[in-house]
Amino acid sequence: MRKINAQDIKNTVKEMFMDLNCNIGDDITTALKNGLETEDTDTAKAVLTQLLQNNEIAKSEQVPICQDTGMAILFVEYGDKVIVDGDFNEAVNQGVREAYTQGYLRKSVVMDPVFDRKNTEDNTPAIIHTKIVSGEKLKITAISKGFGSENMSKIKMLSPSASVDGVKDFVLDTVKSAGPNPCPPIVVGVGIGGTFEECALLSKKATARAVDSKNPDARYSNLEDELLEEINTLNIGPAGLKGKTTALKVNIEYTPTHIASIPVAVNICCHACRHKTVEI
Amino acid sequence: MIKKLTLPLKKEDIKTLKAGDSVELTGELYTARDAAHIRFFEMLQKGKKLPFDIKNQAIYYVGPAPAKTGYAVGPAGPTSSYRMDKYTPMLLDMGLSAMIGKGERSDEVIASIKKNGAVYFAAIGGAAALISKSIIKNESVCFEDLGTEAVHKYTVKDFPCIVAIDSNGTDIYKR
Repeated sequence: MRKINAQDIKNTVKEMFMDLNCNIGDDITTALKNGLETEDTDTAKAVLTQLLQNNEIAKSEQVPICQDTGMAILFVEYGDKVIVDGDFNEAVNQGVREAYTQGYLRKSVVMDPVFDRKNTEDNTPAIIHTKIVSGEKLKITAISKGFGSENMSKIKMLSPSASVDGVKDFVLDTVKSAGPNPCPPIVVGVGIGGTFEECALLSKKATARAVDSKNPDARYSNLEDELLEEINTLNIGPAGLKGKTTALKVNIEYTPTHIASIPVAVNICCHACRHKTVEI
Repeated sequence: MIKKLTLPLKKEDIKTLKAGDSVELTGELYTARDAAHIRFFEMLQKGKKLPFDIKNQAIYYVGPAPAKTGYAVGPAGPTSSYRMDKYTPMLLDMGLSAMIGKGERSDEVIASIKKNGAVYFAAIGGAAALISKSIIKNESVCFEDLGTEAVHKYTVKDFPCIVAIDSNGTDIYKR
């Protein structure tokens, strides 16, 4: 067994959120630059140039890329040989609390969705998805997810007869109806299979995969490429002001499902696709 | 070519703007997003006056991140405007002349913009650090308990945006 101090978890979580909110991944920067080269219109070029400038300012001044520093989401792979010395969930929440209150990040969480929309003032509670795996490590993926794009996400339980065309239509319809709202160019996370909640989780995980990665299964990576190409003919464009760069990438994750269904979830992420993975 | 405009906008200036025009705004505007709009609505329903005179003013849909020391404001990009659609025609009828946000508006809002000779600007979503450079002064107006959703008055200089819906009702997002 390996003992991990709760204090180390708290500090790691805090540093991750302060870092990922100010420093965009190199994969996104490259994808934005590639988009800039494909655009013909002055408006589309100007928007992409401003986004690149914005991310440079955020990095050099260590201020958040976007004012919506999101809800804090964590996917944790928790090794079965790990013993945390202290309260794991409290350590994670304390890390989030300190990052958001000390790191000049916006507090965007209300304590009750319907009856008491009062801000919790420290961006907690974090959304924590924990999976027990074998081993003696903790692998933590931290995501700050803005809700302009989260609000444009959708889920649908398709019939097996819908087949791959049904999946494609649903993804395209979701991106089309989102239009300019989720701050394009977007990253499209798609979860296919499992159950109602499992495909939603997969779609979120898919948004946290690098945009220069591909699904290891060639059939799914081809589907990622086909969808990206079709999305980029929708002429939504950067900031929704028309153009060829509506999405930077489509990432698909899949898992076995029931004989009666093809569950599909589409989680849209804005161009400020902020995530980071650390192993303790 | 970028058109430079002074806030509060004059009716004749608004008339010259066409959907798609790039503009830079200089002057004062008010911030308000979801929670502040709900409060405006509740105050008006109770027959109360708004905390500031909205006539000819501009509202920016924004909830900024906290400002570091030495900054007037933290990163402050636009939020999605459609969530304010329910309350917007009422504010336009009271004289609100310009809105800054991002994304599409409802048919009712477009009709009201046209009827009232107003304008809707889009700022670039997610360019928050860059946009905050054009906000040079930040004063609290009301609803401080709402935190990032409080109403503030910003003084802006060369604030960059694009005319998304002009006073003729032409909509740049139409597809």
